[in-house]
Amino acid sequence: MIVIDRLHKSFGTKTAVDDVTFSALDGQITGLVGPNGAGKTTTLRMLYTLLKPDRGSITVGGVDAATQPLEVRRRLGVLPDARGLYKRLTARENIAYYAQLHGMDAELIRRRTNSLIETLAMQDIADRRVEGFSQGERVKTAIARALVHEPPHIVLDEPSNGLDVIATRTLRDFLRQLKVEGRCVLFSSHIMQEVAALCDRIVIIAAGRVVADGSPDALRELTKEQSLEEAFVKIIGAATVERLA
Amino acid sequence: MSPAVAVFLKECRESLRDKRVLINALVLGPLLGPLLFVSLLRLTISHQREQADNPLPVVVIGAELAPNLVSALEQQGLQLLPPLGDVESAIREQRISVALRITGAFADDWRAGRPAQVDILYDSSQRSSGPQIQRLRTMLEGYSRRVGFQRLIVRGLAPSLSSGLLISERDLATPQARGALLFATLPYFLILTAFIGGMWLAIDSTAGERERHSLEPLLTNPVPRDQILLGKLLAAAVFSFTSLTLGLMAFSFAARLLRSQQSGMSLSIGPNVMLSILLLMVPLVLLIVISQMVVAAFAKSYREAQTYLGLLQLLPLIPSIALGVLPLTPQLWMYALPLIGQQLAMLRLLRGELVSLPLMALTTLFTVAAAIAAFLIAKRLYESERLAVNA
Repeated sequence: MIVIDRLHKSFGTKTAVDDVTFSALDGQITGLVGPNGAGKTTTLRMLYTLLKPDRGSITVGGVDAATQPLEVRRRLGVLPDARGLYKRLTARENIAYYAQLHGMDAELIRRRTNSLIETLAMQDIADRRVEGFSQGERVKTAIARALVHEPPHIVLDEPSNGLDVIATRTLRDFLRQLKVEGRCVLFSSHIMQEVAALCDRIVIIAAGRVVADGSPDALRELTKEQSLEEAFVKIIGAATVERLA
Repeated sequence: MSPAVAVFLKECRESLRDKRVLINALVLGPLLGPLLFVSLLRLTISHQREQADNPLPVVVIGAELAPNLVSALEQQGLQLLPPLGDVESAIREQRISVALRITGAFADDWRAGRPAQVDILYDSSQRSSGPQIQRLRTMLEGYSRRVGFQRLIVRGLAPSLSSGLLISERDLATPQARGALLFATLPYFLILTAFIGGMWLAIDSTAGERERHSLEPLLTNPVPRDQILLGKLLAAAVFSFTSLTLGLMAFSFAARLLRSQQSGMSLSIGPNVMLSILLLMVPLVLLIVISQMVVAAFAKSYREAQTYLGLLQLLPLIPSIALGVLPLTPQLWMYALPLIGQQLAMLRLLRGELVSLPLMALTTLFTVAAAIAAFLIAKRLYESERLAVNA
C-alpha cells in the first residue's frame, strides 16, 4: 500500500504540489488523473524519491520514503515519464542491467527476464538493440525493466503515451494481471477513458491539489454525470474556478 | 555483484559499441599527439638543416669597395644578391631578412691596417632570421680573425699573442637530455591523451544520460548515487588510461623512428620509463575524469558539455607553457601540484633521469587528495535534485 499524506513541493515561487493526500491499496489499480501541469509527475517523482518533498510524508508498504529511500525504491517498480532505454544495448541487456542494480544473481535474472519477455510477447525483439524500436516496443522493454525485481508496488507515469491501440490493449491486460496478483498499481494519465477502463479508484488532481478521490461510480454520482469524462471536466472546471476566485 | 561494478560493466559495454567513442578514445586520441609531434619535429629539423646547408643570400651594399672580403664570404656560402634601393625598408617589410653594408671609409681603413667597419642590418623581431644573422656574423668574425693573424705574422709577431684566452666549449647534455629539450611538450601531449580518452564517457554518463532521459529511470533503482558515480568514473578512467597507454606506445614508436633518422639526439621511451609514467599517471587520470564528470554535470546538453570539456583540456597547457617559456628551476613544492608535478616528473623520466621514490610519493599523495576532493564535489552534485530532473 502507498500512503501519501499532505505532500507539498514548490520550485522557487511556483507551487507544484499543494497538500496532496491519497492512498493506493494493494490488489487495486489507482489512477492519478489531471490536466497537463497539474502536479502528477512531481507527485510521482517524490514517491520514487527522486525529489524531496518540502512537507508531508510518503510510505510505501509501511516504509517511510524520507528516512529509507533505498528501501522504498526496492519495493517499487517505476516506469517514469522518460523511458530512457540504452539504445546500444539489447532489450534483454537493458532488463538485466536493472536486475543487477537490484542485486539479483545471474540465474534469477535469466529466469525473470525470460518470463517477462514471454508475458509481454517480446520474444522477437528481446535480443535486438533498442535503437530502432517502435514506441510500443520501447514501453514494453521499459516495463519489463521496471518489474524485473517483482516489486509489490508499481508506479507508471503516463504509460500509454504514444502507444497504438493494440499496444494499449496489451498494456491494460498486463496491468490487470498485476492487480490480480495482488500488487498495488498506481498510474497517472490525462486520458479519462483509459482511467475509466482500468481503475478501481480515481484521484483527480488539478493545480497541485487533490480535487476528487473515489471509485468511478462515486465520481459519477458526485457530479450527477453519466460519462466519467463529463464528470472529470466538471470537477476540474469547478476546481479551477475556485482557485481563480 | 556490487552496483558500482554493474554500472561499470554496462558503461564499458555500451561505449565499446559506440563507434564515436571508440574512434575518439582509442584511435584518434592516442595518435593525435604523436602525429602532431612527429610532424612538428620533422618540420623543425628539416628547416634547421636547410638553413645550415643552403647558400646564405645576403644583399651587400658597397660590395665593390671590399672585393677580398666579399669573395672570402662567397667561399663560405654567401650568395650575393643584387643591391636594392632602400634596404632598410626592405628589411622592415620582410622582403629580405639581412643585409651587409660596407661604407666608403672601408677601403681607407683597410689599407691603413685599422679595423674597417661593416654593418649588419636586420630586424631582431623577425625570429626566423636569427640563424642567418648568426651565420653571417660567424663568417665575418672568422674572416676578421684570419686577417688579424696575417697582419701579426707580417709584423713578425706570433698570432697567439692576440689571444688571451683559448675558449673551448663542451656540451655535457647527454644525447637523451638534448632530445628531451625538444620533447619538453611531450608530457602535455600525454596528459591531453588522457583527457580525450575519458572525455566521451564522462559526458555520456552525465549530460548524455540526462539528455537521453535515462538518468531518471536509473535513479529509481535502490542504489546509492555515489555507487552509480563510482561505476561511471571507473569506466571513464579505464578508457582514459587505455588511451594514455596506447598514446605512450605510439610515442615510444615515434621516438624510435626519429632516432634512427636523426643523429645527435636520442629519446628512448623504454618499458621502464613507460611503466613509471603510467604509474605516475594513475592518480592524475582519476583526477582528470572526476573533474570532467563534475564539469559535464553542470552542462544541460551533450554539446554544452563538449564545449566545457574542450576548454578544460587546455588547462594542462598552462604549466607546460610556463615550464617551457619561464626559466624555472623545478622546486620541491612544484611536485606537490597536480598536473605540474606529473609534468616535471615525466620530463625527468624522459631525460633518462630517475625520479626518487619520495618525489613520486609526494606527487601521488597530493593528486590523490585532489581526486578525493573532486569526488566529494561530484557526489554532492550527483545527489542534488537538479541533476536528475531536466531543468
